[in-house]
Amino acid sequence: MMLPFFVIIPLGAAFLISLFGKKIKSLGDILANLGTLSLLIISLYSIKLVSVNKILIYKVGGWIPPIGICMVMDGLTSFMLVTVNLVSFLITIFSISYMERYTDKYRFYTLFMLMLAGMNGVIVTGDMFNLFVFLEIASIASYALVAFGTEAEELEASFKYAIMGSVASSFILLGIALLYGYTSTLNLADIALVLSNKPQGLMVSFIGVLFLGGFGLKAALVPFHAWLPDAHPSAPAPISAMLSGVFIKTLGVYAICRIFFNILGVSSKIFFILVILGVISQVIGALLAIAQNDIKRMFAYSSISQMGYIIFALGIGTPLAILGGLFHLFNHAVFKSLLFLNSGAIEYSTDTRDLKRLGGLNSRLPITGFTSLFGSMSISGIPPLGGFFSKLIIIIAAVQAGYFVSATVAVLVSIITLAYYLKFQNFAFFGKINKAWQDIKEVPWSMGLSMVILAIICVVSGLLILPVFKSFLLSAVNVLLSGNAYKDLIFGVLK
Amino acid sequence: MSGYSEYVLCLLLFCIGLYCVLRKRNIIKIIIGLGIIEYAVNLFFILVGYRIGGRAPILVKEQTITTMVDPLPQALVLTSIVIGLAITALIVTIAIRIYEKYGTFDITKIRRLRG
Amino acid sequence: MRNPEKGMTLIVKTITRLTVGLILLYGIYIVLHGHVSPGGGFAGGVIMALSFIHLMLAFGKEVALKKLSQAAASILESLGALMFLAIALLGFLGGYFFFNFFLNKGKPFELFSAGIIPLCNVAICLKVGAGLFAIFAVLVLFKGSDEK
Repeated sequence: MMLPFFVIIPLGAAFLISLFGKKIKSLGDILANLGTLSLLIISLYSIKLVSVNKILIYKVGGWIPPIGICMVMDGLTSFMLVTVNLVSFLITIFSISYMERYTDKYRFYTLFMLMLAGMNGVIVTGDMFNLFVFLEIASIASYALVAFGTEAEELEASFKYAIMGSVASSFILLGIALLYGYTSTLNLADIALVLSNKPQGLMVSFIGVLFLGGFGLKAALVPFHAWLPDAHPSAPAPISAMLSGVFIKTLGVYAICRIFFNILGVSSKIFFILVILGVISQVIGALLAIAQNDIKRMFAYSSISQMGYIIFALGIGTPLAILGGLFHLFNHAVFKSLLFLNSGAIEYSTDTRDLKRLGGLNSRLPITGFTSLFGSMSISGIPPLGGFFSKLIIIIAAVQAGYFVSATVAVLVSIITLAYYLKFQNFAFFGKINKAWQDIKEVPWSMGLSMVILAIICVVSGLLILPVFKSFLLSAVNVLLSGNAYKDLIFGVLK
Repeated sequence: MSGYSEYVLCLLLFCIGLYCVLRKRNIIKIIIGLGIIEYAVNLFFILVGYRIGGRAPILVKEQTITTMVDPLPQALVLTSIVIGLAITALIVTIAIRIYEKYGTFDITKIRRLRG
Repeated sequence: MRNPEKGMTLIVKTITRLTVGLILLYGIYIVLHGHVSPGGGFAGGVIMALSFIHLMLAFGKEVALKKLSQAAASILESLGALMFLAIALLGFLGGYFFFNFFLNKGKPFELFSAGIIPLCNVAICLKVGAGLFAIFAVLVLFKGSDEK
C-alpha cells in the first residue's frame, strides 16, 4: 500500500538533492516540485480510500503490532495529510524564484524535504517513540532553516528557538519514558488498551502535564510562545509560511489531539485547561499584533491568536466545536501561508518589511495586492470567505455549550483582528505610492501562480463548506469524538 | 521512598540542567545545561528498564540466561543520544556564528530583537 | 621550535602513527559484528570517525583533509542514507516496507546471518561516521576562513 510512501518520497528526494544538487543546477527545483506534487496526489487519493474502509493499517517490516511499528490512516490522518501536502506543494512552487536571492539553493531544498518527511511521519505513525523521532527530525530541520540567511538577527532568533525547542523535546521524552514505565508498551493503541484497564491515578495526570508543556511549546500556546515572534519573521518567506501554516499545527495541535483525545483520555479538567489556554492566547496575540510595524512580526502574533481559536474550539469538546476547530485549522493553513507569501513578494520587490515606509503598492504590484486582500478579508472573518464560516461555527458552539464570556471575548478578538489587518492593507497597499517605489516590477510567474491558487482556495473553502467539505471534515471529527474506540478499531482490523 | 532514590536523583539532575539553561548568561554554559538535561532524561529512561537480579540483555552461545534487564529502552536511548549529538552540533555552530556577528557570548547583550 | 598549526609534539605523532589504523580496524569490527555482540552502526561509525579526527588533531588539518576531504565526506554521507533507503525499499520484494527479505537467514551467532541487519549496520556506519567527520571538518575550516 502507499502509507510508507509519505515518508519515502521526501527522504529520497532530500538525499538525492544533497548528493547531486551542486553539480546539476536545476535538480533541486525539479525533484522537490515533483516530490510534493506526487505527495499531494496520493494524499488526495487517500481521502477516497478512507471513505471506503474506515481505517487502514500498514505493518512496517511485516511485524505484528504491538511488537512492531504500525502506520495508521484514519479520517483525521487523511485530513492533516491533505492540508500539509497541499500547502507545501504551493510553497515549493513559490520558492523556485524566491530562493534565487540566497546562496546554496540545493541545501534549502534538502532541509525543506527533510522537514516535510518529519511532518508526514508524525501524522501517519502509530507508535509513540516513532512519533518522537519524526518530531525531532522536523524540529532540527526547522532550526537550521530559520537560520538560513545567516544575518545577525536570524542567528539570534534561531538560537532562542533551538534552545526552547530542545527543552520541550526533552519534556516530551521524559513523558514517554514515564508512560513506558507505567504501561510497558509503545504502540499507541496498546497504550490506550492498558490505560483503560488500570486505575487512573496521579501518574497519568503528571504525564499529561508533561505532554501539554512539551507539545504546547511546539504549538505556541501562550505561556510558551516566546520563540515564535522572533523565529517566524527571521526565516525566509517560504519557510515562514511553512512554519506558521503547517508546522505548528502538525507538531502541536495534531499531537495534542491524538494523545489527549484518543490515548490518555480527556476529562473535564483537561477541557477546562485547553479553553483557558485558548482564550489567553487569542487575547495576548491580538493585543500585541496591533502595535507592530514589521509585517511578518504582525503576522506571527496573529498566528498565536488564531492558534488560540483552534485550541479553544478543541477545548469546548462538543461535535460542532471540534468541526469548527478543524475547519479553522485548514483555513488558517491556507490563508496564513498566503499572507506570508505576500510579505515575501513585497520583500522581493521592495527590500523592506517596514509598514511606515511602504505605501500605495496596489498600482505597481496588482497580483500581490489582490491576493492579499482576499487573505486579509478571510482571516478577519468577512463573508462569504472561508474564515467567516469557521469563526461563526466556533462562536455558535461556544454559546451552545454555555461559555458565554469566552464567546464574547472571541467576538472582540475577531474585531481586533479586523483592525490590524485593515491597518496592514491601508499602509501597504492603498494610498499614494511612495516616491521610492515608482518603478518596481511585478513578481515572477511562479510566485504569482502560487499566490493566486491559494487565494482561490480561500474563496472555494468558504463556498463549498456545505456540499463538499462537510463529509471530509466529519470523518476527522468522528475520529476525535470516538476517543477510546480508537484502540478497538485498530485491534479489530489487526485480527 | 527508598525504592525510588535513583529516579529522584535523575530528576534532580534534570532540574540542575534546567537551572543552567534558565539562569546562566554565557551561551556556552547554556549549551552545557542543555547537554545535562538530555543526559538526565536518557539516564532516567534506562533506569526504567532495570529488573532486579538481571544481567545484560545479550544472548551468548550455549548459555541460557534467566533474567535480563529490558532491552527496549536501551535501543531507544541509543537513538536519543544521536539526536542529542545532532542538536548540540547545530547549536554550537550557531553560537560560533553569533560570536562572529555580535562579538560577545553574553546573552544579555544579544538582544537586537525585542518582544 | 613549536609550530602551532603543524600539530602536536613528536611523542603524540609517533603514537598516532602506530594506533590510528588499529582504531579504524576496531571500528570496522564493531560494525560488522553488530548482530552478534553489542555495538552496531552508530557506535562503530563514531569510532571510525574518531580515527580520522585523531589524525587531524595530532598532525594538523591539511594531513587529515588530504586523506578524506570535506566534499568526499558529504558525498559518503548522502550515499549512506540512500543505501539505507534502498535496502528498505527492497523489502517490498517480500511484501512489506523494511521487510527482512533474505531467504535463508543462517544460524544464529554466525557472522553471515540475520538477513538485512548487517547491511543496514554498514549503511548507518557510513552515514554517522562521515557525518561526524564532516561536522568537525567544517567547524575547523570555519575558524580560518573569511569574515562574511
